[in-house]
Amino acid sequence: MATAAAAPGRARRGAPMYSKELTSKKRDEFEDILEERRLSSDLRYAMKCYTPVIYKGLSPCKPNAIKSAVLQSEQVQYVIKQLAKEMGESPDIIQEEATEILDEMGHRMQLGAVRFFAFTLSKIFKQLFQRVCVNEEGMQRLQHAIQEHPVVLLPSHRSYVDFLMLSYLLYTYDLALPVIAAGIDFLGMKIVGELLRRAGAFFMRRSFGGNRLYWAVFAEYVKTMLRSGYAPIEFFLEGTRSRTAKTLTPKFGLLSIVMEPFFKREVFDTYLVPISISYERILEESLYAYELLGVPKPKESTSGLLKARRILSDNFGTIHIYVGQPVSLRTLASGRISRCPYNLVPRHLPQKPSEDIQEFVSDVAYKMELLQIENMVLSPWVLVAALLLQNLPAMEFELLLEKTLWLKGLTRTFGGFIEWPDNLCAKKAVLSGLTLHSNIAQLVDGHVVLNDKGVEDGATGEIVFKRALAILMCATYRNQLLNVFVRPSLVALALQMTPSFRKEEVYSCFSFLRDVFSDEFIFFPGISLKDFEEGCFLLTKCDAIQTSQQEIYPTDKGSVTVSFLSAMFRPFVEGYQLIFRYLSKETKEAFTEKQFIPGVRNFVFQLLEKGVTQCYEALSSDMQKNALAALVQLGAVKKKKMSNGFTYNVNQEAVSKILDMFDARIPVQKPVAARL
Amino acid sequence: MAAAAGEAAGGGGGSPSSARRRLRIISGHLRGAPRAPGRGALSPSPCKAQGGSAGPASGSIPKKRQELLKWNGWGYNDSKFIFNKKGQAEFTGKRYRLGGMILPTFKEWIEKTFGASLEHKTTSRASLNVNDVPPSFVNEEFLQDLIATKISYSQDAEDRVFRAHGHCLHEIFVLREGMFKRIPDIVVWPVCHEDVVKIVELACKHNLCIIPFGGGTSVSSALECPEEEKRTIISLDTSQMNRILWIDEKNLTACVEAGIVGQDLEKQLAESGFCTGHEPDSMEFSSLGGWVATRASGMKKNIYGNIEDLVIHIKMVTPRGIVEKNCQVPRMSTGPDIHHFIMGSEGTLGVVTEVTIKIRPVPEYQKYGSVVFPNFERGVACLREVAKQRCAPASIRLVDNAQFQFGHALKPQVASIFTSFLDGLKKFYITKFKGFDPNILCVATLLFEGDREKVLQHEKQVYDIATKFGGLAAGEDNGQRGYMLTFVIAYLRDLGLDYYVIGESFETSVPWDRVLDLCRNVKERIVRECKEKGVQFAPLSTCRVTQTYDAGACVYFYFAFNYRGISDPIHVYEQIERAAREEILANGGSLSHHHGGKLRKRWMKESISDVGLGMLRSVKEYVDPNNIFGNKNLL
Repeated sequence: MATAAAAPGRARRGAPMYSKELTSKKRDEFEDILEERRLSSDLRYAMKCYTPVIYKGLSPCKPNAIKSAVLQSEQVQYVIKQLAKEMGESPDIIQEEATEILDEMGHRMQLGAVRFFAFTLSKIFKQLFQRVCVNEEGMQRLQHAIQEHPVVLLPSHRSYVDFLMLSYLLYTYDLALPVIAAGIDFLGMKIVGELLRRAGAFFMRRSFGGNRLYWAVFAEYVKTMLRSGYAPIEFFLEGTRSRTAKTLTPKFGLLSIVMEPFFKREVFDTYLVPISISYERILEESLYAYELLGVPKPKESTSGLLKARRILSDNFGTIHIYVGQPVSLRTLASGRISRCPYNLVPRHLPQKPSEDIQEFVSDVAYKMELLQIENMVLSPWVLVAALLLQNLPAMEFELLLEKTLWLKGLTRTFGGFIEWPDNLCAKKAVLSGLTLHSNIAQLVDGHVVLNDKGVEDGATGEIVFKRALAILMCATYRNQLLNVFVRPSLVALALQMTPSFRKEEVYSCFSFLRDVFSDEFIFFPGISLKDFEEGCFLLTKCDAIQTSQQEIYPTDKGSVTVSFLSAMFRPFVEGYQLIFRYLSKETKEAFTEKQFIPGVRNFVFQLLEKGVTQCYEALSSDMQKNALAALVQLGAVKKKKMSNGFTYNVNQEAVSKILDMFDARIPVQKPVAARL
Repeated sequence: MAAAAGEAAGGGGGSPSSARRRLRIISGHLRGAPRAPGRGALSPSPCKAQGGSAGPASGSIPKKRQELLKWNGWGYNDSKFIFNKKGQAEFTGKRYRLGGMILPTFKEWIEKTFGASLEHKTTSRASLNVNDVPPSFVNEEFLQDLIATKISYSQDAEDRVFRAHGHCLHEIFVLREGMFKRIPDIVVWPVCHEDVVKIVELACKHNLCIIPFGGGTSVSSALECPEEEKRTIISLDTSQMNRILWIDEKNLTACVEAGIVGQDLEKQLAESGFCTGHEPDSMEFSSLGGWVATRASGMKKNIYGNIEDLVIHIKMVTPRGIVEKNCQVPRMSTGPDIHHFIMGSEGTLGVVTEVTIKIRPVPEYQKYGSVVFPNFERGVACLREVAKQRCAPASIRLVDNAQFQFGHALKPQVASIFTSFLDGLKKFYITKFKGFDPNILCVATLLFEGDREKVLQHEKQVYDIATKFGGLAAGEDNGQRGYMLTFVIAYLRDLGLDYYVIGESFETSVPWDRVLDLCRNVKERIVRECKEKGVQFAPLSTCRVTQTYDAGACVYFYFAFNYRGISDPIHVYEQIERAAREEILANGGSLSHHHGGKLRKRWMKESISDVGLGMLRSVKEYVDPNNIFGNKNLL
């Protein structure tokens, strides 16, 4: 940490602990909660006596009491009066509007609905999944936390199953059921929307930045529930399901809302609980791949849900839920937050958070995501997918086995959490993965082959599409490794891209890559040097590199590792290059996101058809958006808010320059290097 | 001087009990020390060259403080808590109402609350070890000059040690077990304003350091001698400047010498049918000059105001000369009020010698009262409403559940079965019939004062409001006992010290809307810090809302813990107290309501801004460029 303090910019408190500082990461054991469900009656389970553990300071109240408390709160009344004055309307009308917003938003948790879910979900989960594994120690820690202070549950988001599963879990362990921030689109589903509402979901509009009344009502609703300790509050930092299984960069809005009561000392402390939910096979995997390729996501509808029930006959393997150590917000904030801004203004007035606070919220968000990542469980199949993608179109089975074992070791060295029982041989592990994911890859004549066939003699376009689909699906699994591998891998990439072995040049290249990929992978803000040191440390640990005072160079036997690691991230380098090339040459100076995505997709598609590139992943709208966001952050693209959304202006010269850094491997000048 | 008004432990305002009982106490003193009321108390005669040997003091506090007061604890030598042979708690002496009474439930409370045991006892050393006392260095020339003025002085070790401290926990600890690193080199007893002028002149001439000393009740380290002070330190004890110079019945003011202690002031005014109504918890021992120098607050400020509302005129001797106004008027508008440079200056600018203070006729009637609330939230809401309607009685305080139980443990043995039966009935009514949880309920204590008619009317108004917030009237007795707690608490600390329990109090003022959050968070912070610092047994962490204002309230915390198993309890204690103070500031509370001193120095800049601090510094630089008044408080 000491060296990080000397890093460019300023020292960041609360930066993540990296392996360098940890002697050993001890993780809890898992228990399968479905096992008991398979042995005893679901009905009895659904009707069991449910007396949950609750917050010590809780005075029980009904969902409607919360709503009226929110409506009458000084916070909401203040905004209502303000708006009434500004718009010349009567406060009653605006109050009415606020009531409607609340009715649309508010949950109506009912034990009946909860029991209904407990019953049906038992049936469904048993059908879909082999096992649902939970770290019981985490549940115990959570149980203590819930009694002590208000709790915010922060699960990773890969599937709709996430929040159903989490509520199911808390019910099983007799803990207070959470209220869950859900997207308003669920309300489009008849019955189901209302059912979710009764199970504790509350609904937020996707964007309401400009609507002050909505913001005030929503924020107050969440805070009221938090302050009173009414129930744990659950939401997804990532904001939406990650279509790529790669953690999305965090959204800050809701997080800053739940942190505010502590900043204003309305509560003594708040616990933030990172929860990692890992799927061996993601329910929505093929939907996601289609979506990334631009085939629109079907609107949430009940009939759609009913149609989807055929997946019930499919097997989705094991789910691992790791409930992390509750993190005390008070501890995180200690010494960081100047208290003045909140002391000098009445607490009910809406106040834009100071820069300090914003920076702190952002740091906390990243920290929580890194904690999620740390405890994500990786299945052997993830390793297979990573290897297969580097050896397309097919890989010899025996070689795959050998490489899988090698990669398993490497992943563990890097701190990855692989679920691989000691007595399980590689062959069995890989074969079971292949069985579960037969839609993606198959064993044919001693070779593992990607399942991209089907329309053998279709048009080239269709072949490209089909292949892209298979690759993106496969990538979804490899992606689960990326955030564990990103620090050593970017060092490896930088080593390859830098003509010399000089440490400072490697670092400046690393730093450049880190900036470019800042929306693609999760980096704690402002600790570039620490990330670099962590990467070097891990590479040294696995004997891939050696470092001297001034130089970093690969060892003889380490070159395999170094090239594997850089190849792992090669699709991103190439993909970004393609996208940047499109932006620097092929596009108009100003465009909207709606124009950009199809434009770049066509551009890449044509190159793929011509066989000029093999980078199918550049077709992913996720990568395209991230690349654009990175350029915005690097200042090469200007983002402007217009009435109909955002407009982008490209500084083509600047984009070319960034592109040159990739292509020509021009070392980037950075003054920090002197520190190394 | 800085010392005087810092109330040793209780403080938010008031004192144990009302003026009525106060007078009884005071008349008790009179009987105990039969002295003629001294010089004609009302004689306007200036200091007529009484010279150094001013003769026996007319005040309650003698020059040899230790003859009357404990040298290593709070209050009178003859008044203290003990455990008698049967192991029951008892309060000795005849000065207080509690004197000679048995407190049957107190032992159990102390054991249950602190995990303390009568078997584990620490003892203070029996007397001061004179050999440990730092020697007195006094320049011979100065001594000659001083002798020439005929002002009484002493270089005696005990006299010097007993003016080197106030009543902070760490100071008492040092008295019991150690020795101060730096103490005054000489003690002087001026008897009038002119004496003070001479002393200050001599100090300037010889470049010496003066630390004014009033009642010595500071709880903010204000009397601590700066260790690095190389000059001779003169402790200027004002206790012999204790006359009322005149009373002006037309304007209801009295001009009084600053060294008079509260009980003497009230006693002497009462002879003419007046009172000031200023009752800080320390009023038996703290002095008028100390109140001014520390911006003191009194229990009955709702009727009489705090010291800044009471003072009409101040005379202060500074190294630059004498500062005072040219008239005695209720208000003027010629720039900032210079009184506000003086009030709260804590002995850093000069010595307050004479004060003209408002007086009122002694009230005809007084009545205690109390209200039980189902919980603290309701109680605070009620106090807020009372403040909003501006109908607060002379004193209104809300104690939390822990403090209610604390007060309960101090209930004396009841004489008759009938009383105990009645108590039982009351308890049954409140807990069973009304459904109040005895572990959650809290109590407001009230003190009404004025014309009988008006008091009864006022009482009804307040009880009506209380009813709206779910309050139940709980009798006069509970109210009175509540006020008793604040005044015996300082004696209780001495008892705690004998059994490994250390404690202290601190206060803050806070806007109404943050009262509840602040109380909860600070108490929780204390509990948590104790746990982290290895305190074995959960601490006592309790608070009361002790004063109400239009825009906020004064909150008082008591905090005590059992330190067995901790090697450096004072250090641990100070860390926890600091954390609690941080917590107060983070919750929008003030650095202080009425205790300043050295203890809060580290937060001054944050508290009043750089420029604010600069303003104070520039006043100091002008008034006292050579830092004659070098106690280093505040700045």
